[in-house]
Amino acid sequence: MIERLELRGVGVRRGGRRLFSGLSMTLGAGEACALTGANGAGKTSLLRAVAGLVGLEAGEIAFGAAEASEARGAGLHLIGHQDGLKPARTTREELDFWSVWSGGTAASAEEAAKALDLVALLDLEVRRLSAGQRRRLALARLLAAPRLLWLLDEPLSPLDAGWRSRFGAMMQAHLAGGGLILAAVHDPLPIDAKVLEIGA
Amino acid sequence: MSRLGALLARETALAWGRGGGPLVSVGFYAGVATLLPLAIGPEAERLAAVAPGAAWVALALASLLSLDRLFERDYEDGALDHLTLSPVPLELTCAVKCAGQWLATGAPLALAAPVAAIALGAPLALTPLIFVCALVGGLAFAFTGGIGAALSLGARRGGLLTAVIVLPLFVPPVIFGGGALAAFAGGLPWAPGLALLCAYGAAAVALGPLAMAAACRNALS
Repeated sequence: MIERLELRGVGVRRGGRRLFSGLSMTLGAGEACALTGANGAGKTSLLRAVAGLVGLEAGEIAFGAAEASEARGAGLHLIGHQDGLKPARTTREELDFWSVWSGGTAASAEEAAKALDLVALLDLEVRRLSAGQRRRLALARLLAAPRLLWLLDEPLSPLDAGWRSRFGAMMQAHLAGGGLILAAVHDPLPIDAKVLEIGA
Repeated sequence: MSRLGALLARETALAWGRGGGPLVSVGFYAGVATLLPLAIGPEAERLAAVAPGAAWVALALASLLSLDRLFERDYEDGALDHLTLSPVPLELTCAVKCAGQWLATGAPLALAAPVAAIALGAPLALTPLIFVCALVGGLAFAFTGGIGAALSLGARRGGLLTAVIVLPLFVPPVIFGGGALAAFAGGLPWAPGLALLCAYGAAAVALGPLAMAAACRNALS
């Protein structure tokens, strides 16, 4: 169980270039944080570093009392531009697989499909989905397998205004249930969130 | 357990569709087996002498075909990120991916191998041994091949690189399997060759995933 996320003096270097250093932040249960910064500032790299996919040059990332490997294996979701969805597979196949893989069930996948209004699209191949529908399918993982820490990389960008506010309500509900959200954004989040600017 | 079952189903389905899957591998295999008599000459005795070995080499080459996409596609579209964010160790994930590859291409090739060998004039009695060798050899090809596929992640023209990395690893199974088949055809004891092939397959299944997981972690970071 992740009850807090702590960054202490985190620095990341990518491709021989130092993206940022000395970044510190604490995120408690029920809190959200918006990561802002110019293109290339390192927002995505920070999210990937929290997920353990990118090594740190300096500092440390802690998940409260939880062991880092345990927290990364079962406690967090990373939703980014690369959604890992296979164009030739159907929406249902992808949703069911990722739900089970993340620790959910077929029943929770169905609930998530309803919540994100994907039911009519379940038999379509992923390649037939629009960008917004595809993003909703990626976001459905968040509901299909409950995990406390959501790492979101520009979750709103392909969504229309209606879905932005509906997803805002989903984030609000997640926070109310003790969840944590770290989201890289260019537009403000539709929820109350502290702001961490990278490369300021 | 349900996670691994779901992953195996996904991997097999993806490998089945990857670049045509089993049809392309088997078709390529049949093509090579058809080209051989045209190159060597149609005399039955000459063909029969090389048939088991030729069928075996063609099998190794056909196993290479869809290997380069084993990790590449998941790496490019981000699925590999999501696969690592799980309580399942990455080593086990890699092993299941290779098992899916084997089910989708190795097993169909094992069914095609005896047919091709007989078409080239190998004795009918050789059929069961060719099938078993192809099945076990296919497992070794899939798991050693996965190492090459993982190591060439992110490289341009990764497919060629995979082949260059993997072909030396294919040498032992080709020697052991070809040796067992030649020994059987010559009326000599063939069991040691098959036992060595099984041992190599077991070692590949046990050690390959460690190398693949390390290569994947390296490519992701």
